[in-house]
Amino acid sequence: MIRLEALTKYYGEIRAVHSLTFSVARGEVFGLLGPNGAGKTTTIRMLTTLTKPTSGRAWVAGYDVVEEPLEVKRRIGIAPQHLNLDGELTARENLEFHGRLYHMPRSERRRRIEELLAFVGLEERADDLVEKFSGGMKRRLLIARALMHSPEVLFLDEPTVGLDPATRRKIWDLIRSLRGEGVTVLMTTHYIEEAEQLCDRVGIIDRGELIALDSPSQLKRRLGSFTVEVYHSGRVERRFFPTREEALEYGAEHARCDACDFSVRETNLEDVFIELTGRRIE
Amino acid sequence: MDFLVVFERELLTFRRRFWRYFFAGMVNPLLLLTAFGWGLGRGIELEGVSYLNYVVPGIIALSTMNASFTSVGVALNISRRYTKTFENYLVAPVEAHSIVLGKVLGGVLRGLLSAAIIVVLSRLYGAEVSLSAKALATILATAFLFASLGMLVGMLIWSHEDMNTFNALFITPMMFLSGTFFSLEMVPGWVAALIKLLPLTHASLCLRAAMLGREFPIASFAVLLAFGIAFFLASIIAVRRSSQ
Ligand SMILES: Nc1ncnc2c1ncn2[C@@H]1O[C@H](COP(=O)(O)OP(=O)(O)O)[C@@H](O)[C@H]1O
Ligand SMILES: [Mg+2]
Repeated sequence: MIRLEALTKYYGEIRAVHSLTFSVARGEVFGLLGPNGAGKTTTIRMLTTLTKPTSGRAWVAGYDVVEEPLEVKRRIGIAPQHLNLDGELTARENLEFHGRLYHMPRSERRRRIEELLAFVGLEERADDLVEKFSGGMKRRLLIARALMHSPEVLFLDEPTVGLDPATRRKIWDLIRSLRGEGVTVLMTTHYIEEAEQLCDRVGIIDRGELIALDSPSQLKRRLGSFTVEVYHSGRVERRFFPTREEALEYGAEHARCDACDFSVRETNLEDVFIELTGRRIE
Repeated sequence: MDFLVVFERELLTFRRRFWRYFFAGMVNPLLLLTAFGWGLGRGIELEGVSYLNYVVPGIIALSTMNASFTSVGVALNISRRYTKTFENYLVAPVEAHSIVLGKVLGGVLRGLLSAAIIVVLSRLYGAEVSLSAKALATILATAFLFASLGMLVGMLIWSHEDMNTFNALFITPMMFLSGTFFSLEMVPGWVAALIKLLPLTHASLCLRAAMLGREFPIASFAVLLAFGIAFFLASIIAVRRSSQ
């Protein structure tokens, strides 16, 4: 459904995205995970025809994003990182105008608006002005708007940035429930847990480059599913092992001094990122 | 018919804020009519009519310009830079010309409101000006021209400060130079020639002729239309090029 071939974007001297190549299959939930400034938003902007690539090509739903932007636009929904809802309109009007821009017939608009307002839990606030909404409500409405015209491909740029944990979980549930509907999702995040929880496959991106791509479990398995952290008086040493036993064994052997200690836990994607880049993600 | 969706979105704000626009739109005309029509202009005649009658068409032209230009330009600047709602149009399967037409029609509407306010107010001040079909056509062309210019400038300018600079360099001087308050016969020929390069001058000339029942300067009307169409087309190109 989505294909990138050496997709590259420079802003003058700044390398925002460098030679990204990967594909996303129909119905897949694909995550781009990377720190701020990694090039996630730029990638989404190129795939959604908002930004022209410097070089390389990309196809969405079978159409070239540069050559056939209108065909691409008809088939995609976008929830951008910034909450760009129309604050002067009510939630319902936001969805209504959106539906009209996508040529949805009136009866279908009416049905879909009710359905989506229920889906994101905003029925009671349907006729309130959006400028009075909280961040979480706006975020939910943003997703509803992106789904309004039943797109084949959905782009979610940092769908939970700046939200409290409870609201974040609500959004996660929303994204999970999209799975049954066959829509292809490309989302970005700099939250490790989010990528692990939601995505079938994760592309780790750093400084504009894709440095790993696989399912979360495979990424971790390749590194070693268990992490032992050995503490030598303020210094932490991290090692990865395929089994808990091996990790425990290593810890016991290497934390011998008085001030030493160790712990064993399951490996997460942050470990993968640190191992690949030598830096933390945030 | 995508432009209708864009236009109706503008219309909704227009309806919701009508009274705010209405009263805000009265302030400047009241000041201008009082200062130039009553105060300064009392007893003066220009080109054979009372100064009030002379100045009202000019005030209509400049107010239409201000309302159309500012409503489109400022709103576009905000929706591109701050609320980013303009992006919703750019990612929707809508052609650039529909976006531009919808926005420009919204600006035309604001210009018409502003013109209507002055027509009514100037009557209260005792002006004897008539609203003919030609006057209406001129007001429409002026509103179209400056709404399109607002669209173009809003697309090309990113910072709010540059928007103010553009106002200070082009819009404000035009207000005072374009034969609004004085007759072009009063200035040296080369100055008049320069002033005739400004689009608002032609709006004033057409409107004054139409409202005072003089011969209509069809060439000036053509200039208005040409400026309007040029700005309109340039805006479409600017919207198309906005994905970089
Ligand atoms: N319009 C722009 N002009 C110049 N540089 C930009 C622009 N947009 C993004 N960048 C730069 O490109 C890099 C990637 O940014 P972005 O794609 O927003 O990253 P992310 O979404 O992963 O945080 C950053 O260094 C950023 O400063
Ligand atoms: Mg981003």
